[in-house]
Amino acid sequence: MTGPVKLTRRAFLGSLGAGLAIAVMPRVAAAGESSGLAPHVLVHIALDGTTTILCHRSEMGQGIRSSLPVLIADELGADMKRVVVKQADGDKKYGDQNTDGSSSFRKQYDADRRAGAAARMMLIAAAAKQWKVPPQTCTTKNHLVIHTPTKRTLAFADVVAAASRLPVPDAKDIVLRPVSELERVADRNLPVLDGAAIVTGTAQFGADVTLPGMLVAVIARPPAVGGKVARYDAARARAVPGVTQIVEMPVPKPPWLFQPWGGIAVVAENTWAAMKGRAALAITWDHGDNASFNSAAFREELLASVRAPGTVHRDVGNVDAAFARAAKTVEAEYVVPHLSHLQMEPLVAIARVADGRAEIWAPTQNPQANRADVAKLLGIPEDRVTIHVTLLGGGFGRKSKSDFVNEAAFLAKQTGRPVRVQWTREDDVRHGYYNAANAQRLRAALDDKGTVTAWHHRTALTPIGGTFDGKKDTPSVEDLQQGVTDLALAAPNVRAEGCRAPLHTRVGWYRSVYNIFHAFAVGSFIDELAHARGTDPRDTWLDVIGPPRTLTLADLGVAKLPNYGESLDKHPVDAGRLRRVIERVTEMAGWSNRKGRALGLAAHRSFVAYTAVVISVVPDPVRVFRIDDAWITIDAGTVVNQERVHAQLEGGLVMGISNALYGGVTMTNGATDQSNYRDARVARMRDVPRRIHTDIIASTAPPSGVGEPPTPPAGAALANALFALTGKRLREIPLARALAI
Amino acid sequence: MKIKINGVEKTVDVDPEMPLLWVIRDVLGLTGTKYGCGEALCGSCTVHLDGKAVRSCVTPVRRADGHAVTTIEGLSPDGSHPLQQAWVELRTPQCGYCQAGQIMAAAALLAVTPKPTDAEIDRSMAGNLCRCGTYTRIRAAVKKAAGVPDDGGGT
Ligand code: FES
Ligand code: FES
Repeated sequence: MTGPVKLTRRAFLGSLGAGLAIAVMPRVAAAGESSGLAPHVLVHIALDGTTTILCHRSEMGQGIRSSLPVLIADELGADMKRVVVKQADGDKKYGDQNTDGSSSFRKQYDADRRAGAAARMMLIAAAAKQWKVPPQTCTTKNHLVIHTPTKRTLAFADVVAAASRLPVPDAKDIVLRPVSELERVADRNLPVLDGAAIVTGTAQFGADVTLPGMLVAVIARPPAVGGKVARYDAARARAVPGVTQIVEMPVPKPPWLFQPWGGIAVVAENTWAAMKGRAALAITWDHGDNASFNSAAFREELLASVRAPGTVHRDVGNVDAAFARAAKTVEAEYVVPHLSHLQMEPLVAIARVADGRAEIWAPTQNPQANRADVAKLLGIPEDRVTIHVTLLGGGFGRKSKSDFVNEAAFLAKQTGRPVRVQWTREDDVRHGYYNAANAQRLRAALDDKGTVTAWHHRTALTPIGGTFDGKKDTPSVEDLQQGVTDLALAAPNVRAEGCRAPLHTRVGWYRSVYNIFHAFAVGSFIDELAHARGTDPRDTWLDVIGPPRTLTLADLGVAKLPNYGESLDKHPVDAGRLRRVIERVTEMAGWSNRKGRALGLAAHRSFVAYTAVVISVVPDPVRVFRIDDAWITIDAGTVVNQERVHAQLEGGLVMGISNALYGGVTMTNGATDQSNYRDARVARMRDVPRRIHTDIIASTAPPSGVGEPPTPPAGAALANALFALTGKRLREIPLARALAI
Repeated sequence: MKIKINGVEKTVDVDPEMPLLWVIRDVLGLTGTKYGCGEALCGSCTVHLDGKAVRSCVTPVRRADGHAVTTIEGLSPDGSHPLQQAWVELRTPQCGYCQAGQIMAAAALLAVTPKPTDAEIDRSMAGNLCRCGTYTRIRAAVKKAAGVPDDGGGT
């Protein structure tokens, strides 16, 4: 490897030394005078006033690095021009760093603000002491402490030293600013922090890290989960110029968790040599127990599963009696296959293991889990493992899994050299933690006026829990919260059942997870009900949901609702909010005007946010249809950085369209059939709406998720629009198959 | 082999079949050009070879011998290319991984078609994937850089 050595952002951070916040625990003590003010692990103010804010959540396109520091800086009263944003390494002292579940602000909004507030209060206390005025009469703005009555000011730099000698306020004494003072948070045009670096090619993603003496490894992994290497030709691979070592990877044992996948690693001087070496391995595989797994047969198995009773997780009234009395019954089945994340940056991790220490650079969503996993794998204490988080070229849940990081750690140890494990696109498609495969059956009973008197929902999904324990084959109550048990329904009789779906591959979180297929089926089915009743789909949605109200567990007919880890007091199931996004989005779209276009509507609650989508399609001579416009409304409660929320609405909607049109990987004899963007397709420019109209409901409710909620309703909205256009009901993803596009 | 990369003559001593992408990244240490698929299916690795957009992942380095290659790092000295400016202004990137390839593809388009229509943009950008789904902003940013009015993608 002859490339130059880059100083990573984190190496740079480390080199700044002890003055940094990373060396200081929260609420223990302020740093001494010499190193500035560090009232919280995320905030450090140097003696010259330069404020360093750590972003402790991973940036994967959702805009957290452009948002979280702004929130803290606003609470502090800092001038963004004096703020330096650094990415935090993986360390428990920063609190939860697992960037998934649309949780960064939902779970940490108050805590993040308190980090800024503690610093503000200490600066004010120091200034107030100097002025001999009550601290309550002071505020901060633009890196100044201001005595409001006299308009006197002191620069942060003038009071940092004194402030650093004061005690850090107790959590209970921290006073947040009124939200109206969070001026930058309300700015609709915040910049993208890494924008300039991205467009000039200097932003650092995983594979961009280069270490002295680093080798590159490409691994041949077993095609079927649980497979093993039977034979291979090490000599042929070693003969490829540039190849330095051939390493047998450890054979994983069930349950799979995030273990390296096994196989043979080819280590080389550069990526190309490693790829060529791998191609020369000529491996014969022993495919193991999943060699008989075939998606086509599994599809039938899933459908058979939802045609029989499952475990009842939601029960209100008497569904059977209502069906017996029904004037009309509507029923439909929906199928959604495993989905591959297909983030643009293939998995990659860099590891250096030496002197009983490990240092990792990776585009990871979960650096603390990586730290624990690497420590375990290498048999060293966690404090000897450093995980540096680079930018992620997309994550969508795939980079929450530690498998690729563990591989790099293992190989760095084996080879005694720094190693970059580079996954190819083919590896990424074939060795995924796919979204669960699913079938659903929905039935509704209608009375003679068309009112829905009973709702019966069955879902069979391969539960993620099976990846962890090797056993789970039936959805849990946690799984069904995602659009089944938290669905507001007016019907007096409701039953929802979870049905068996055994796992034959690895599954894992994928942007919005089970909500994808539950929103697709429910959103399609309500549209089917509209046509069965002869009523407008929008009115039908509002009828099916029922009047504005919050629903108790008893109303929902469930014993418990995990509610994405939120209490029902803070984040109730609110039919009124779901109705409002439907009303807003249809108003924006001019719902009653169908001239020259066909419209589809769907809505969904996920990650305690409410989202509704209208998609407009027009005929296209070549490709059946084209999406001319899409509208999306979200009620996510309080939002930070509206601009990035709009971007998430656009991107999440496009991903939902992509899932619906092209989503799906299949397996033959246990091995994934697809391998690259040729057959594992994603939306291209021509597939997406010409115009996307985004809308955020202004709210002071607690923050909900934003990164995932835009995705679920898009699939049903598209299928419903296509029904309006063609009269053909598409109940199986990928829709492209039936459309032959 | 001699390659003029971003205006600087470099000598590289590698397997002539090595794709230009890996020469640029692993040998020359310019990491702005990204690997996404290795099979000319995603556009992440787009660079200019004598001014024309090519997929560097399927271009053997021998084809660049004696020619000029421009990567995202060399598109402008200071990030001031109209496309780079429009990209920042419209806040086009999400994760950013695809964007170097998008900008290089767009730059090649504008070089021959300074005022592209929507259809021309769609056609020349069809091979550039963005999994974050920034396509409407990409289209808007190309038009902004070209000074072509836009009918309002994005927000
Ligand atoms: S990496 Fe070259 S086109 Fe995808
Ligand atoms: S911005 Fe993430 S892939 Fe395009």
